[in-house]
Amino acid sequence: MIESIWSWIVQPLTYGFMQRGLVASILVGTVCAVIGAFIVLRGMAFFGDALSHTILPGVAVGYLVSGGAQGSLFWWALGTAIVSALGIGMISKKSQLREDTSIGIVFAGMFALGIALISTVRSYAVDLSHFLFGDVLGVSVQSLITILIFGAVVLVAIWAFYKQLVVVSFDPLLAATLRLPVKFLNNLLLILIAITVAVSLQIVGVALMVAMLVTPAATAFLLTKRLPRMMLLAAISAVLSSIIGLYVSFYLSISSGSAVVLICTLFFVVTWVVQSLRGKRSSR
Amino acid sequence: MTHPLKHDLNQPILDVAHVNFKFGEHVALDDITFHLHTGERVAVVGPNGAGKSTLFKVIAGILHADSGDVNVFGFESGKHDCIAYIPQRSVVDWHFPVNVFDVVMMGRTAMLKPFVIPGKQHQAAVRQALEKVGMQDLAARQISQLSGGQQQRMFIARALAQEANLMLMDEPLTGLDDPAQEDLLKLMEKLEQDKVTIMAATHDLDQAAQHFNRIFLLNRHLIRFGKAKDVLTAENLKIAYGGRLRLMEDGKSVMALDHSCCEGGEE
Repeated sequence: MIESIWSWIVQPLTYGFMQRGLVASILVGTVCAVIGAFIVLRGMAFFGDALSHTILPGVAVGYLVSGGAQGSLFWWALGTAIVSALGIGMISKKSQLREDTSIGIVFAGMFALGIALISTVRSYAVDLSHFLFGDVLGVSVQSLITILIFGAVVLVAIWAFYKQLVVVSFDPLLAATLRLPVKFLNNLLLILIAITVAVSLQIVGVALMVAMLVTPAATAFLLTKRLPRMMLLAAISAVLSSIIGLYVSFYLSISSGSAVVLICTLFFVVTWVVQSLRGKRSSR
Repeated sequence: MTHPLKHDLNQPILDVAHVNFKFGEHVALDDITFHLHTGERVAVVGPNGAGKSTLFKVIAGILHADSGDVNVFGFESGKHDCIAYIPQRSVVDWHFPVNVFDVVMMGRTAMLKPFVIPGKQHQAAVRQALEKVGMQDLAARQISQLSGGQQQRMFIARALAQEANLMLMDEPLTGLDDPAQEDLLKLMEKLEQDKVTIMAATHDLDQAAQHFNRIFLLNRHLIRFGKAKDVLTAENLKIAYGGRLRLMEDGKSVMALDHSCCEGGEE
């Protein structure tokens, strides 16, 4: 019995692609969860969703130019993500329309452009689905290293500017009266989200990215009232979802990105139900 | 004190000269000129849309006047970090995952180094500020669990941790019950010992007269600034509030009520 459970756990790990996929999704899950705490608290979920879709044309151009090499795709994704993040940030300040309207227009237009570009290639259906939903089992050692380096950049930057980022998120007017560099901090956060999106592209794809940015952080928000603990719990929930999701994907043969996101969502729903039942009991 | 900008203590703590501010075409502040003495408490009174919040934000250097000067201890206000702006409670996200200690520590952010957890000296400053406002026992409490009066006192503690000399309070008394209002007014009086200067926006004219040194009657331009008996005359109030003034005489307090006074937001 124990032996069969053991082999059930170990067997997938005999494949190199599963090992790399697991490590990659654990790394990406952690980074997304930590920065996701800021996204959830600042109400930037729609921005995160828009940003991940907006990078598609950049990735498409990289794909057409390089013939689909993983290494160069990352740089195209990163470049487009940073430009888009700062661009969307600017639009939402300058525009006379409501912020969500202008973001919506840019996001859908760019996404359509990306699909149009990719559709010029004959085998596009397969590649497009990798961009949209990720290809975690196709991660190379090289991309694993890229994910590790840039994921670390995001985490270290958050660590360094943690106190300032918290103030600018909780009370921008306090940040202004303390003469903190408010504009720099806001742009820094946008750039860190952009890096996170580029790093996560191959793991979850553009369509499901927002789930990794928002869902584990939201789950953690229900569980604790301290921000550092929220980040920790979000990371734990994301890592567990990644591991369970990949096993589910392996044994049930369902798409890995969607399996991970479904487990994240399951965690959220269970947490939410338990917390609201508890809330009802204690308010009686 | 470790403020980066030096203070000329012979200059007034706040000196505002001919300040104008417009939102697009709408004139929010029209040629405001006044100065404050160290340690005094000033009530800023006027109808909604009179520009109280805008005035505070211009003084704090958060908004920039279209013309005119704002100087704090002889130097341009926008560079000081000794000015605290205490927001209306209705604009704060009370579900943000921080506790009272965390929020008060935020006041010291400008003095903190990257990467490291704030050291003993900063922790002590936060505890001292909490003691001053009588909240040392609530340090670990999540901010959504505080009463209105406690929320307000927490922000005063944050301003103390910031080592602020000038506190601008946007309707601190609005929505508090009577005992909480009394506590807060007493606390403001106590801050005089620390040479803290206070400007507080309020709708309660009676409280303004009783608990503040001077009253600042504003409706886009400064109508009158001085002692209660000189400012709160029927004539001045009529200029400020126009037809919208109703004096509520319930035996205890006189309120300047305009129709939207209790919605809590202005501008």
